[in-house]
Amino acid sequence: MMTLDSKKMIKIFNNIASKVEEEKAFLTELDTAIGDGDHGINLARGFHAVAEKLSQMEEDDDTGSVLKTVGMQLVSTVGGASGPLYGTAFMKAGAVSKGKRELDAVGFLAAFEAAVDGVKMRGKAVPGEKTMLDALCPACDALKISIAGGDDLKTAVWKAVEAAEKGVAFTKTIIATKGRASYLGERSLGHQDPGATSSLLMLRVIAESL
Amino acid sequence: MVGIVVVSHSQKLAEGVVEVSRMMASNARIVAAGGLDDGSTGTSFAKISRAIDAVYSEDGVAVLMDMGSAVMTTEMVIESMEDRRIRMFDCPLVEGAVVAALEAVMGSPLEVIEAKASEARLTKKIME
Ligand SMILES: Nc1ncnc2c1ncn2[C@@H]1O[C@H](COP(=O)(O)OP(=O)(O)OP(=O)(O)O)[C@@H](O)[C@H]1O
Ligand SMILES: [Mg+2]
Repeated sequence: MMTLDSKKMIKIFNNIASKVEEEKAFLTELDTAIGDGDHGINLARGFHAVAEKLSQMEEDDDTGSVLKTVGMQLVSTVGGASGPLYGTAFMKAGAVSKGKRELDAVGFLAAFEAAVDGVKMRGKAVPGEKTMLDALCPACDALKISIAGGDDLKTAVWKAVEAAEKGVAFTKTIIATKGRASYLGERSLGHQDPGATSSLLMLRVIAESL
Repeated sequence: MVGIVVVSHSQKLAEGVVEVSRMMASNARIVAAGGLDDGSTGTSFAKISRAIDAVYSEDGVAVLMDMGSAVMTTEMVIESMEDRRIRMFDCPLVEGAVVAALEAVMGSPLEVIEAKASEARLTKKIME
């Protein structure tokens, strides 16, 4: 059975840090169109700090404490809305994974659900408001259905990626009602949400790394 | 005296709000937590934490924020400080801070200051 232990998890976060650095300009360009043009810069700063912190961390078998460390690091270093949002997400995922040496498909789903609930709680947002939730919520639903159907973790995460891709495309068709883009009203139409895009990027890295 | 923290994406804006608030309340315990540590725009968990610590007393602290992550980051700072009297005020930043500073130096309790600062939301600047 495929599982995710803390070593593999740390590798995934290193891969996310590289990916975010690679896509920094793209994410920033998306945020320039409907925000303040810092999403890529914010996340690159945050995940750089995450990678550095994880490399200094003493060997820890607890997946929960790895996730918690990531969350706290993002809250402390990102500097924009994605800091408290992704920070809360990983801290909540860490809280439900506490004491687990590895996450199986069910454990991963529990962590992912807690993360998405964390974003909803912190941002006071729901799907359809042109935010990262438009990628994360469909991804979470797809993950749940896939795992309930008996798929292994990697297959399930790939299905979540597909759902998130559709979610990102959907954000082009709607008007933002949360976050900075909401100040643009109808002018936010036609642009894809930077946060939904970074969520998709992260999910894809997880799927590829598993 | 209740302490006051002004959180903004911009260091200059936060400091400006503090400056304007001190015009009528020079002795107010009010500090700015604006921008990131390197001076660029954004909101900093560490800066907000330090600002709250700097003006904290048992009378409590009022935090006024501009928008977006300023609110969310403040919320997380407060969650990290259990058992402390800290309130986030939902009010216009400048007018709310002026009112709050005045009330604070007059010795009003946190709840009263919050009610007065919230009223600032309804005060019209231009009368018909
Ligand atoms: N209330 C919210 N709920 C969920 N997601 C949100 C919310 N506000 C913003 N976002 C997400 O955050 C992304 C922007 O992240 P970024 O790091 O650029 O923050 P920002 O908007 O610049 O932050 P700030 O509030 O400091 O201006 C958006 O594309 C959106 O997906
Ligand atoms: Mg931005």
